[in-house]
Amino acid sequence: MSVEASEVQRIAHLARLAMDDEKAREFAGGLSDIFDFVEQLDGAPIEGVEPMAHPLDAEQRLRPDAVTEPDNREGFQAIAPAVEGGLYLVPRVIE
Amino acid sequence: MEWETVIGLEIHAQLNTVSKIFSGAPTAYGAEPNRQACAVDLGMPGVLPVLNQGAVEKAVMLGLAIDAEITPRSVFARKNYFYPDLPKGYQISQYELPIVARGHLDIELEDGTIKRIGVTRAHLEEDAGKSLHEGFELMTGIDLNRAGTPLIEIVSEPELRSAKEAVAYMKKLHSLVRYLDICDGNMQEGSFRCDANVSIRPKGQTEFGTRAELKNLNSFRFVERAINHEIERQIDVIEGGGSVVQETRLYDPDRDETRSMRTKEEANDYRYFPDPDLLPVVVDTAFVNQMREKLPELPDAKRARFVEQYGLSDYDAGVLTAAREMGDFYEAVAAGCGAPKLAANWVMGEFSAALNRSEVELAEAPVNAEGLAGLLARIQDETISGKIAKEVFEAMWNGEGDADTVIEAKGLKQITDTGAIDAIIDEVMANNPQQLEQYRGGKDKLFGFFVGQVMKATQGKANPAQVNERLKAKLDG
Amino acid sequence: MSQETLSGWARKLRAREISSRELTQLYLDRIERLDPQLNSFITVTAESALAQADAADARLADGEQTPLLGVPVAQKDIFCTEGVRTSCGSRMLDPFVSPYDATVVERMNAAGAVMLGKTNMDEFAMGSSNETSFYGPVRNPWDTERVPGGSSGGSAAAVGARLVPGATGTDTGGSIRQPAAFCGITGLKPTYGRVSRYGMIAFASSLDQGGPMAATAEDCGLMLNAMAGFDQRDSTSVERPAEDFTAGLDQDLKGLRIGLPKEFFAEGLDEKVRGVIDAAVDVLKGRGAEIREVSLPNSHLSVPAYYVVAPAECSSNLARFDGVRYGHRCENPEDLMDLYTRSRGEGFGDEVKRRIMVGTYVLSAGYYDAYYLKAQKVRRIIADDFRSVFEDVDVLLAPTTPELPFALGAKADPVSMYLSDIYTIAANLAGLPAMSLPAGEIDGLPVGLQLIGNYFDEARLLGVAHQYQQETDWHTRVPAAFA
Repeated sequence: MSVEASEVQRIAHLARLAMDDEKAREFAGGLSDIFDFVEQLDGAPIEGVEPMAHPLDAEQRLRPDAVTEPDNREGFQAIAPAVEGGLYLVPRVIE
Repeated sequence: MEWETVIGLEIHAQLNTVSKIFSGAPTAYGAEPNRQACAVDLGMPGVLPVLNQGAVEKAVMLGLAIDAEITPRSVFARKNYFYPDLPKGYQISQYELPIVARGHLDIELEDGTIKRIGVTRAHLEEDAGKSLHEGFELMTGIDLNRAGTPLIEIVSEPELRSAKEAVAYMKKLHSLVRYLDICDGNMQEGSFRCDANVSIRPKGQTEFGTRAELKNLNSFRFVERAINHEIERQIDVIEGGGSVVQETRLYDPDRDETRSMRTKEEANDYRYFPDPDLLPVVVDTAFVNQMREKLPELPDAKRARFVEQYGLSDYDAGVLTAAREMGDFYEAVAAGCGAPKLAANWVMGEFSAALNRSEVELAEAPVNAEGLAGLLARIQDETISGKIAKEVFEAMWNGEGDADTVIEAKGLKQITDTGAIDAIIDEVMANNPQQLEQYRGGKDKLFGFFVGQVMKATQGKANPAQVNERLKAKLDG
Repeated sequence: MSQETLSGWARKLRAREISSRELTQLYLDRIERLDPQLNSFITVTAESALAQADAADARLADGEQTPLLGVPVAQKDIFCTEGVRTSCGSRMLDPFVSPYDATVVERMNAAGAVMLGKTNMDEFAMGSSNETSFYGPVRNPWDTERVPGGSSGGSAAAVGARLVPGATGTDTGGSIRQPAAFCGITGLKPTYGRVSRYGMIAFASSLDQGGPMAATAEDCGLMLNAMAGFDQRDSTSVERPAEDFTAGLDQDLKGLRIGLPKEFFAEGLDEKVRGVIDAAVDVLKGRGAEIREVSLPNSHLSVPAYYVVAPAECSSNLARFDGVRYGHRCENPEDLMDLYTRSRGEGFGDEVKRRIMVGTYVLSAGYYDAYYLKAQKVRRIIADDFRSVFEDVDVLLAPTTPELPFALGAKADPVSMYLSDIYTIAANLAGLPAMSLPAGEIDGLPVGLQLIGNYFDEARLLGVAHQYQQETDWHTRVPAAFA
């Protein structure tokens, strides 16, 4: 499968990755190779096979409903790029 | 052309667990920003979700209450999109295999008929944080305290046919989640929120029209108004030769209108896939049975029982069982005074009026069930009349003590001593010779005048039945 | 001195023949002197290491016998360490000083291990050569013009050069075993769920597993004893009673059924590597093991299935790195979209971006069934192949890699790099324990032998490896420049 640079741009946008045209062309080649390679799966004998999401056939464990996490806002916000009044700051979001 | 409206509701109810759905951070409302957001809620690197048992229990209880199927192995999936109030870049939700599927809810229409509304599914998911715009220039502040609060999203079939039906469905569900004690139902704080999918089609047509999704419908009133506006808008669009666009519209309560949310973003591509950090949630029969035993009596059953057990009208029973607390309150009053109908009249009448007037919740009412029952018992044993009781109630509401204290302090005890009543009647007769003569001359209507005089002379405290009886004897004698 | 193993040091520490401070200082000196040739550490935590060493010495003085007490180790920079930068080899997390410890770190600290620092790695563990690190490539101590393998290349090179007696790694598609093979050391990827993933920065959650890297199987067993165990903070952590992974070390190999999957010896395997593996098979046969050929008919599908599943999970796992709450944030973002795309565009390197894009694509509307769902089904038939093979044999034996350590820059196209993990990926897809141990040398470069076990059979794997290491000395060899 050949991936066009425009398709790379579309995916990059969906994944929120800045991508100029030159870079998109560069990625297009590698991505095409990868999808060609992955096409080997097409002949796989998988009729009637259940998809496997987890290596172990286990079930979800449940946590008792109890508060166990203390407030550590100062600790967490010490490594934040931009905070004010305890809030994380981002450029204005218009709703 | 005659149009038919098609409405489906998606209701998000925050489950009232003490901790978050996937972390041990608290869920209490109103904390300082980001003080209730732990590493998991913040989407810090390497941290992992672990499912809260309380959320699963509450979801199963809801499923049982709407007679739904409980999925034996439900699966959490990731809904991927970027937004600042969504710290991980995905919301953990349920997609293909929700924990609750195919239930129903019966609503009562205005004409009293019952309509069954299908519930497609109810799934568990995590709430997002909040974006705050006030107080910043060019910036938005992000508070992640709400991130990770457990939600159950309850999706109805598109079987609602008017804004009124939608409201009836929403109220029914609101009452139900509070009965089940799985959600506090507080709509101002966003604990119970509603999105509505609205479309119209020519009457008789089977396929659906294009729908618009209305968001931000956070009160019963808004739901009704927003849907009605949207119906009108869609009719205008179509009758004006246009066509309805599938889009999300935001209801603006200040302007009382819906407006399109800008959709220049690419069509949403959420890339759902099973969350590899979480395993399938297994709910076995034992667990379901345990939850079934925890179920309280539900509104419809309680209503039927009130009719049967207390001899109430279906309407009164409906009013008294709309909220679980009110039903419990009524039963306590009825038991305490031994007069179920009197209790019903008082709870729905004086008591509810006082609640509204003072704008307080039932739990904070200055007169509790025991107090009200004590008052009604004094009516029952004829210590006071119903009319005096209202005065006593007023005083109790104002904190002047229980019924007996108020009756005693104000001297409101009913006069039932025949001798005393006779003496007053004699005095009234003596003071009104003219009327006595006219009465005895055949003017029967004056009987009421004498009753009034006697009651006036006793400040309303004479037992009315006794006054009637003694007066009749004396006047006619 | 540098010849001593982690277990050997542990014994000497308990016998008070050396103090933890002396030992820690010895390795810190080696790192300072020798690591400039390798670039195997991103961060060296000399000060806190010496403090930990003093604390360990105090505990040793009290007669405490905890096996790892006072032993110097290194943590792959994918494990969160409180108060210490945890970069994951990425510019994105270059500013990230973790506010908490990973469970593995917490457990090793509690066991008294002394952390010398954080080792270099492929960015977000995506790579097989350690060339994708923001902090520059790591070099192979056996030939510094060659790669150490990846993604745990820093840990492998550091242990291979004896800059530290043991280090942690993580293995999503071979990231412990392939670099262990390339650097001539022993490394174990445990059964999925054995070692907590809490605080281990996720690449592909259903495949990632942390494990030990050291000179010998015995060392790995000691480390795994400290690392493994149920963790209630990880839903995928397995609830099993504590186990001593060194318990099977002295078990002889009589009657042990070893399977050689014929697909792992087919076309593409370097003939010299095949010769080394054949010789290793003879050693095990000589100690009583029964050898038989088996088949894993779908194993050729493991690399393509992996390159759908792993990128899909990674595309979602790496969405949290958005420049809002921690990590790299671009200068002066114009608007929210600009903040996201530039922070992520600047913060991630090309290989990470490539995989995020592959994963975004295979999950997107219209492609999910054709790629993701299909790969998940293939994953099951691969796992089923193993299940049926383990009805007939106890352990599988194969080469770890199809070829010798390659030169830096030799594999420019992604697919040829991905095929470097052709023998290791299947065990990740199935969730099985697997290890690599040194089994020979070709042209002065080490060759790795891979053992794959049934679920939870780590103790047996380590036992087979230990028995092999009783009769061979490949695991004792140190590159001349670092001896």
